[in-house]
Amino acid sequence: MRWSRRHVLDTDDWSAEEIEAVLDTTGAMVEVLSRPVRRAPPLRGRTVVLFFAEASTRTRVSFELAARTLSADVVNISASGSSVEKGESLYDTVRTLQALGGDVVVMRHSSSGAPYFVSERTDAAVINAGDGWHAHPTQGLLDAYTLRGALGDLATKRIVIVGDVVHSRVARSDINTLVPLGATITLSGPPTLMPSAWRCGQSPAGTTYEPDLDRALDGADAVIALRLQKERQEGGLLPSLREYARVWGVTEARVARMRPGAPVMHPGPMNEGVEIDAAVAHGARSLVERQVTNGVAVRMALLYLLVGTPSLEAS
Amino acid sequence: MQRRELEAKGYLVTPGFIDLHAHLREPGFEESETIVSGAQAALRGGFTTICAMPNTEPAIDSPGLVAEVIARGSVAAAARVLPIATITRARAGRELADLMELASAGAIAFSDDGSPVADASLFRHALEYARMKDLLIIEHAQDLTLSGKGVMHEGSVSARLGLPGVPAAAEESAVSRDIALAEMTGARVHLTHISTRGAIASIRDAKARGLRVTCDVTPHHLSMTEDWVAGQRGFAWEREGHGREAPLARKPPARAVPYDSSTKVNPPLRSSSDVRALWEGLSDGTVDAIATDHAPHASIRKDVEFDQAAFGISGLETALSLVLGGVAAGWCDHDTVIRALTSGPARVLGIPLPTEDWIAIDPDIAWTVTAESLTSMGKNTPLLGRTLRGRVVYAVVSGDVRYEGGLRGATPVGSR
Repeated sequence: MRWSRRHVLDTDDWSAEEIEAVLDTTGAMVEVLSRPVRRAPPLRGRTVVLFFAEASTRTRVSFELAARTLSADVVNISASGSSVEKGESLYDTVRTLQALGGDVVVMRHSSSGAPYFVSERTDAAVINAGDGWHAHPTQGLLDAYTLRGALGDLATKRIVIVGDVVHSRVARSDINTLVPLGATITLSGPPTLMPSAWRCGQSPAGTTYEPDLDRALDGADAVIALRLQKERQEGGLLPSLREYARVWGVTEARVARMRPGAPVMHPGPMNEGVEIDAAVAHGARSLVERQVTNGVAVRMALLYLLVGTPSLEAS
Repeated sequence: MQRRELEAKGYLVTPGFIDLHAHLREPGFEESETIVSGAQAALRGGFTTICAMPNTEPAIDSPGLVAEVIARGSVAAAARVLPIATITRARAGRELADLMELASAGAIAFSDDGSPVADASLFRHALEYARMKDLLIIEHAQDLTLSGKGVMHEGSVSARLGLPGVPAAAEESAVSRDIALAEMTGARVHLTHISTRGAIASIRDAKARGLRVTCDVTPHHLSMTEDWVAGQRGFAWEREGHGREAPLARKPPARAVPYDSSTKVNPPLRSSSDVRALWEGLSDGTVDAIATDHAPHASIRKDVEFDQAAFGISGLETALSLVLGGVAAGWCDHDTVIRALTSGPARVLGIPLPTEDWIAIDPDIAWTVTAESLTSMGKNTPLLGRTLRGRVVYAVVSGDVRYEGGLRGATPVGSR
């Protein structure tokens, strides 16, 4: 397959072939990361700008490691979340990015759709590292890669995503990545944290909503627990974190309802004791750390596909 | 005034349009629009009378400010500008403005548009007080606690885009409140920019019960759906299975980038079922008028992240083409939409249709919407780059030819 994307803004219009191409390339990157000297030259001379307008250590470090492993120069730009109030507009920042002349802009922003705004106004390739509630494409891809490693072919597999779906870019990207690969998805969680349209029979193709987590987990092939922001309680969306943990927390007893050995994932950072029990988070079925490792390889794969030169040979 | 003859062969001549709802931004936001630029834009759209919303800075809540809007309107010598004054002082929603004095100074109606009068008790008192002289209250019906931080219609598109939604119920519950208060007080209530199927049903029912409730809908809510926020650009009647094919539907509509802030408007662009209901309401007389809710914004307020952008579409100059598009698709008959732009709004205002205001329309001419083609300072419309059909050729206000388009080499007979 010939790679033709200029940006990675969302995977909602990606074909299964495109997703497979990234996952295959990710496999090659895992090999690079296993070398004694973890360095390859395909991005030598390229500049990757990390523009994180919303706090994030994990994703930023993962992208930075990915870019450096491929020999890119890395520039960090951080800006306040909602810059309008501070008098610095996204438009201004984009002009600065354009003037800096980076080849790739990796951006995280609190406003859904902000990467589209940037991609329209810069010559650089834009990778969305998370925008508002909308998308987190590299998380979706790394989850797909991790699940495939654990389960093999995802066709006929059923994955449960539980938690705060309405505010979750991870949930949206997981759906957009796993469904084209043949998986079906059961969404679970409180109705107040589910998009209203998805509760009323208009959920995306390949997904269903089952508020009862026990029922959702019966015979499932894997579960992805989402992070619960503590402020949802103040917003009137939840009675209490305690009640949430009782009804929708991923516990050992609940995990036992899935197929034997079915894995547990979480995009991090985890609220242990709320959406996931510590015993599960660090237990034998947890793939949380593998998700982090695979994240670097997936980000390498995208950087390589967008602006890399062919050679992966050690320099 | 010298008499002139205008060549209008092949044109459609109608009374000048009346817009119940335009934001002219002056005083306070002159970087977005002025009374002069807005009144000129109005003429190009066929509106010979426009009602100026008072959500300016300062808000139009004193007789002096009403007089100022009138004075600037006459200096413009374009469309006739009728000032709307606020219902509450400074639009703060806490105490009533001096409605009687404002009416004496020339306020044609009263509205806190941009926001509803959230306090139901205060709104009741406004209606009781206005009833005394049969003043017109125009309400922007929205339950702010339900709309919350919403930036687009709540539905499957907002779910997909990860944008906070404004549910239809935010409008419908407010409309129900306003109808109950209209019934209780016997006052006139005009509900502006109605956008949902449920609200149309409530208003239809209220009218059937003989209540003095009227409403208007906007050209953008009649033509565009929530899908526009996701980058689609097909008019409601261009969707498969709806109406007959419109002339411009031959080419599949182009796609635009999603999250374009020019599609961000309050109330939001709704579902295709809601759009259909607005046309049904227009056809059966539930909807009294088509009003633009012309909301020009300087680019600095729109060239930002979607959730940070100002609400509003610059609408005066594209209104005619949009409603003619729906007519061409067979969604409504021609006379009904012309009435909704002329005698309908006049009746809402309680004024006779001005006998010396005329426009001539070339209904077939195609034109492309560009920033340069718009006289309004507000270039914020998702129609930029789009080719539309139908334009105003002449606009006559009080017998005075105030606009002549250079289209089709139109030359006036006689001389100035």
